[in-house]
Amino acid sequence: MKKITVLILAISCLIIASCSSNDDEFAKNTSITINFNHTWEDEEVTSEDFDELKFENENGETLSIERLRYLISNIYLENESGTVTELTDYILVNLGDEENLTFSSENLLLNGTYNLYFTFGFSDEENYVEDGYTDLNTESFGVPSTLGGGYHYMQFDGKFLDDTDTETGFNYHAIRATNVMSITSDDDLIETDTSFEVDLGEIYIENNTVTIEVEMDIAEWFTDTNTWDLNTLHQMLMPNYDAQIMINENGASVFSLVEESEED
Amino acid sequence: MKSYHYIFLLFLLVSCGSEENNEEEYTPKYVDLEIPTLFQEKLIAPLIPADNPLTEEGISLGKKLFFDPILSQDNSMSCSSCHHPENSFTDTTKFSEGVDGNLGIRNSMPLFNLAWNFDERFAWDGKEFGLETQALEPVTNALEMHSDWTDVVNKLQEHAEYPTLFKQAFGITTINSTYVTKAIAQFERTLISANSKFDQYLLGQTVLYENELNGLTVFLSEEKGDCFHCHGNENEPLWTDNDFHNNGLDTNFTDLGLGSVTGDPNDNGKFKSPSLRNLVFTAPYMHDGRFETLDEVIDHYSEGLQRSATIDPLMKQIDQGGVNLSQTDKADLKAFLLTLSDYEFINNTNFQE
Ligand code: HEC
Ligand code: HEC
Repeated sequence: MKKITVLILAISCLIIASCSSNDDEFAKNTSITINFNHTWEDEEVTSEDFDELKFENENGETLSIERLRYLISNIYLENESGTVTELTDYILVNLGDEENLTFSSENLLLNGTYNLYFTFGFSDEENYVEDGYTDLNTESFGVPSTLGGGYHYMQFDGKFLDDTDTETGFNYHAIRATNVMSITSDDDLIETDTSFEVDLGEIYIENNTVTIEVEMDIAEWFTDTNTWDLNTLHQMLMPNYDAQIMINENGASVFSLVEESEED
Repeated sequence: MKSYHYIFLLFLLVSCGSEENNEEEYTPKYVDLEIPTLFQEKLIAPLIPADNPLTEEGISLGKKLFFDPILSQDNSMSCSSCHHPENSFTDTTKFSEGVDGNLGIRNSMPLFNLAWNFDERFAWDGKEFGLETQALEPVTNALEMHSDWTDVVNKLQEHAEYPTLFKQAFGITTINSTYVTKAIAQFERTLISANSKFDQYLLGQTVLYENELNGLTVFLSEEKGDCFHCHGNENEPLWTDNDFHNNGLDTNFTDLGLGSVTGDPNDNGKFKSPSLRNLVFTAPYMHDGRFETLDEVIDHYSEGLQRSATIDPLMKQIDQGGVNLSQTDKADLKAFLLTLSDYEFINNTNFQE
């Protein structure tokens, strides 16, 4: 009995000690939630807005959204001394499914300032792992080998009013750029990793629960760097090497960090 | 302290005793679904509900029920009347006749790989959630078995074999519809099709002819078939996305499909993408069985597309009816589709009466 008492005392001391110790010195369990928000310029977009020809892009085309799914990989925090904490290897965000708009992880972190990064799509290294990804296969997110294999970075489908005012489908699908469908000899093959890392900037961690609001401005896919003309580029973009490069260029301005909130 | 010990001992005894009792009545053998290599490599694990694990007794009871006309009003029709094993568990007519001789309004559906439908929305319009729930419906449907559950349960309860079989499978003495459908669902989850020529090709066990390979390319090209976005690719061996789309069959809808279930007009004319496995056994095609041959299906995608508000954005050049495939591409596409036929599945005696 005495031994137990001593043990309990010792444990309590430990607990007290750890509680009273300076928060800045010990890594502690931090729960990080990232919410993916979507806007068209300043207006919030949810699946409630699907199927309506209500958006106008930079080029003046009226369009609707019917599906928007994309892959975010390698989400990580880097502290001021360059130490990296990976939050997750990848997630498939689906605007059509509320359950797939938020991501949470538990991490041991020191208080302090971090930079948040993620990759849009998969870098080649992750895209071409030997056995692929069973969950992404099950979600029908793959790219056929004839189109270069690996996985879609994004499937963004909808309709727009074309030059003749006819409702026309568009499939703004982002994948690793390749000219494989249009070449005649293997020597001409070009493959370019068009995934890109997004630097979302600084977040400050000082509490146990951190919520980060990331925003995708969907309108930005159609402008900056390239003003997108859906009349010429609306379907069959996967085998179109140049279109994939343009998607990559336009993607740079799509994501931003809107807000970070903390609570104990 | 001592009295505690006694109570504990008593407890142990009681629990041992009851276990012995159970052993006589209710020890079904749990079964792990045998997952084909390709599915294991490419897909996540199938969905088996925690409250209805597979057991040898449950599966064999489910099979018996599936083939037994006792579930119908006049003992003339079983599930298998519209879901024949030799047709990959569908039938060969546009619509199926129910017990009263009236025709249903949709084409019967083939049954396989159902445990990989992770959204669990069944039927052409997704109106049935879960296999257990689905199995309740045909029994009472006036255009199908037109029975009622009280009647069915009474017949089963008075049957020479069923009471014992239910006891062995579920440990129950009073049969009810929940356990009937649990057993049927267990059987349905064992219906796995994964041994077509194309599966064997992927496993390196056979080769494809040049026309079949070209057909695959047509299937996978965005400029040509672009079938893969809805029907899968070489790494997605279900050959369906289990999702709902309008593939351009009609301008006006007589059957609203998903729209009648969700009440959302944006879903009108959307139906579940069927798997493209086993097409050689499953004609006629589409939710209303409108196409008798695969040639008609391919012609539809190639030049027969009809415009409507909800047509899928993947459908191309609608004003020309589609991408207008060449005769060779059409023939090769068909040859490829036929490589997805699994003869072992339809001949598997485990799946037959
Ligand atoms: C009279 C013909 C008929 C009978 C009898 C019948 N079915 Fe069906 N079954 C159909 C039709 C038609 C559909 C498509 C229904 C729809 O979409 O509205 C269907 C759909 C299904 C589906 C959905 C498959 C999928 O992939 O979504 C399952 C499962 C099924 N039936 C199981 C059964 C079971 C179990 C029984 C017996 C209890 C049964 N059926 C009896 C005609 C029949
Ligand atoms: C936008 C998604 C989509 C695309 C792309 C698509 N399909 Fe389909 N497919 C469907 C849907 C949905 C159905 C069922 C439609 C219905 O019955 O109303 C279907 C039905 C079929 C059927 C009938 C199967 C059966 O059991 O009745 C075949 C065969 C088929 N598709 C082949 C193809 C081929 C070949 C291509 C490419 C040329 C293709 N599909 C492209 C969604 C699609």
